[in-house]
Amino acid sequence: MTDMNTTPKQSLLAPDARTKKRNAAEARFRAYGIGALLIAMGFLIALMWSIFGNGIGAFTQTFVKIQVPLEESVLDPNGNREPADLARATTLRYGSLLQGAMASTLEREGITTDMEPAALAQILSSSAAAEVRNRVLAEPSLIGQTVELEVLASSRVDGYMKGRVSRESLARDRNLSPAALNVVDQMRDAGVIERRFNWNFIFGSDASDQRPEQAGIGVSMLGSLAMMLVVLALSLPIGVAASIYLEEFAPQNRFTDLIEVNISNLAAVPSIVFGILGLAVFIQIMHLPQSAPVVGGLVLTLMTLPTIIISTRAALKAVPPSIRDAALGIGASRMQAVFHHVLPLAMPGILTGTILGLAQALGETAPLLLIGMVGFIASNYPGSVDAAFNAPNSAMPAQIYEWAKRADPAFYERAWGGIILLLVFLLLMNFLAVLLRRRFERKW
Amino acid sequence: MPLLWTLIVILAIAAIGYWLGRSRAMQSAGHSTRALHSLPGYYGWNVAIWAMAPAFLLILVWLVIQPAYVNHIALQALGDAAQNSGSASLLLADVHRMADQLAAGSAISAEGPTAAAAQLSFAANTAGRMWMSIAAIALALAGTAYAWSRTNAQFRARPRVEAAVRTLLIASASIAILTTVGIVVALIFNTIAFFQAYPALDFFFGLTWSPSAGGVNSRLGILPLLWGTLYISFIALLVAVPLGLFSAIYLSEYASPRIRAIGKPMLEVLAGIPSIVYGLFALIVVGPLLMSWFSPTGMLGLGWMRGGTAVITAGVVMGIMIIPFVSSLSDDIINAVPQSLRDGSLGLGATRSETIRQVVLPAALPGIAGAILLAASRAIGETMIVVMGAGAAGVLSLNPFDAMTTVTAKIVSQLTGDADFSSPEALVAFSLGMTLFVITLGLNVLAMAIVRKYREQYE
Repeated sequence: MTDMNTTPKQSLLAPDARTKKRNAAEARFRAYGIGALLIAMGFLIALMWSIFGNGIGAFTQTFVKIQVPLEESVLDPNGNREPADLARATTLRYGSLLQGAMASTLEREGITTDMEPAALAQILSSSAAAEVRNRVLAEPSLIGQTVELEVLASSRVDGYMKGRVSRESLARDRNLSPAALNVVDQMRDAGVIERRFNWNFIFGSDASDQRPEQAGIGVSMLGSLAMMLVVLALSLPIGVAASIYLEEFAPQNRFTDLIEVNISNLAAVPSIVFGILGLAVFIQIMHLPQSAPVVGGLVLTLMTLPTIIISTRAALKAVPPSIRDAALGIGASRMQAVFHHVLPLAMPGILTGTILGLAQALGETAPLLLIGMVGFIASNYPGSVDAAFNAPNSAMPAQIYEWAKRADPAFYERAWGGIILLLVFLLLMNFLAVLLRRRFERKW
Repeated sequence: MPLLWTLIVILAIAAIGYWLGRSRAMQSAGHSTRALHSLPGYYGWNVAIWAMAPAFLLILVWLVIQPAYVNHIALQALGDAAQNSGSASLLLADVHRMADQLAAGSAISAEGPTAAAAQLSFAANTAGRMWMSIAAIALALAGTAYAWSRTNAQFRARPRVEAAVRTLLIASASIAILTTVGIVVALIFNTIAFFQAYPALDFFFGLTWSPSAGGVNSRLGILPLLWGTLYISFIALLVAVPLGLFSAIYLSEYASPRIRAIGKPMLEVLAGIPSIVYGLFALIVVGPLLMSWFSPTGMLGLGWMRGGTAVITAGVVMGIMIIPFVSSLSDDIINAVPQSLRDGSLGLGATRSETIRQVVLPAALPGIAGAILLAASRAIGETMIVVMGAGAAGVLSLNPFDAMTTVTAKIVSQLTGDADFSSPEALVAFSLGMTLFVITLGLNVLAMAIVRKYREQYE
């Protein structure tokens, strides 16, 4: 006890060196935690920033208003307006018309340039000729008149209007000469060229890898919808039936143990393995059509089943035993107790889990690559309900992947735009799930 | 679509059967429900089940057997041709293609035994489908008639119907087993086929991955791919474990309820974003960003990086993706540590960080290890990020700025190429899949065992 005198006299209120160190360590530790959380949120913000910063452009598109003289001598030399004759006029002929139309439009607006008509026509998308042709085939009476039409601008011009393409980057580009941008500037001032909302991106179909300005995601959305319908139609009944058995009827034996272990393992199997399964079983053995939404739906069903079973069992477990006892007490069989009383009460929980499972399936890409939902250009809407399920199509994530792979950077904008749409759907589904949960939340 | 129509007809028969069964039961009980053994609806369901179940079973079995039978016919028609060329599967693929063409309504231009076999298998398929519809509908009618004839007031309908429903429930639950069996069978048969064409030793111990498109001198060693996979997963864990763990510690030990209510869901948003988004992020944002620092012309002038696709690109992005897997699980496990342990430590005068480091974390360690293992298995199985961010070269290198490739990325590229399904270059994907399946399954089982064992400690 005499040692006490050797320690320096110090106020209790002034911390000593060791306490300071410990407090500093405490503050540091806490700062690490905040730092980690902030970094993770920073990543999330960076992710959202790049998605919206890069993708919002896909929702607007540049259009050119030009006066096209639909000359009868070029389009319908026989002058009889026969559809078969009209169809014989190829896009090449329309191309030459468009060249003249560009020149005359510029002249009318008082824009002078020393560029060749052929070079000027590169301001227009290469799909412009087909657009005009389709218009004429739909409405042959237009022939002979000079019609004001709105056609897509080429992706380079579109990129320039969106600030993606500059004169410097065009210097090495064979598709458009930098001089054309001077013309574009004047056209913009004259109001001939303008950027506006692009419905075609949402409802249109994919285009060849030469025409990013024409590509839309509508057909792939339909493919995704068909797939989700298959997943919903199969995974909800099967998942609910499996959960009911395991939760309400299953005896404790080897067989049910095996099923339980299997389900938890399947929930953790990498998605690409499900793709291999789909390829081997559905396409190689059962000869279902490749790239078809029905096969994608089957694969995604197998993938989402474990998720749905796990959440459904939780929902069934949450229904108190007193409900079952009451039903049994008035003479219902166990089956009746489950189907008439427990299941309706668990339904909101089951639906919430199913919607979340569907949302997960909607964004899944890897298995779709293996069953061939990429590499197919979904350029037309399917002709019938049957074709919507059985004909080759793409799906939203597969379409995004496909665009990201193409050489032309203009497709990146489409890919980000597609992701915005995909996230909007995911958000809606999650919102619906939260709403269901809130609306039907029950305290027993 | 004849199959769809067959199904609709059978459903219609079942609906009529329901009504017939119900009304017959009512009639035999003199329209008094009390005289019936079961509720009237059960008599209807009994007949409907007899209409549907045998017919659907028949269709299912028929759909499985018919392709095999048609293949058998086609092979017989090919006869010598199949034996001469030695590759029956190639010829059969041709036959299928032509038969599909015929089914689509267009004529085939080719001639010879293959075309003849295609004609034959097309005819067999059409006839088979027709007989299937006829047999299934007949069976549905017979089932309805049988069940209807047995319906009377004393018939014990409810136990019958409930037994059928129970069978259906068990069948649904068994689909999980069927899926696993399907995965294993699909992988094993193709893996065996691969090892017959390519020596297993070279696959497991080969240091070179260089498949050739023509199928000559392909070197299909898995080690470079495994190395790339493990390297990328390691970098991902290097990003995700500290960030996830510290976030979890902060959220569960320090944060106020309000910050927790915002922070936890925000982290979980990271897990809800589809992996294709991360892939695009790696390809278009992170890759070029890293290039602008580490490439020869970059800001740091180091010249480490030659392309935007690299181990570090994929690793960092994958790390971001798996942060929530680490944080959510760790959070649960840290929360499960009893408060009395903390109180004891704080009462002895330890600061909060000392308590966390010396009491909470050691107690939660096995659970956290399980969480990290689960995150690792996620990283190993992840496909889209590595397909878009890691490159395509199977290289054994230590430099994280090199492009490398992984097992999952190669599964995709080997199976989406033009290679013939029976060539080793395509079959190798199944062996890769098998390896991936075994590795991730092992990790998952281990992780779950650890987590489960740990959770039982305080209960």
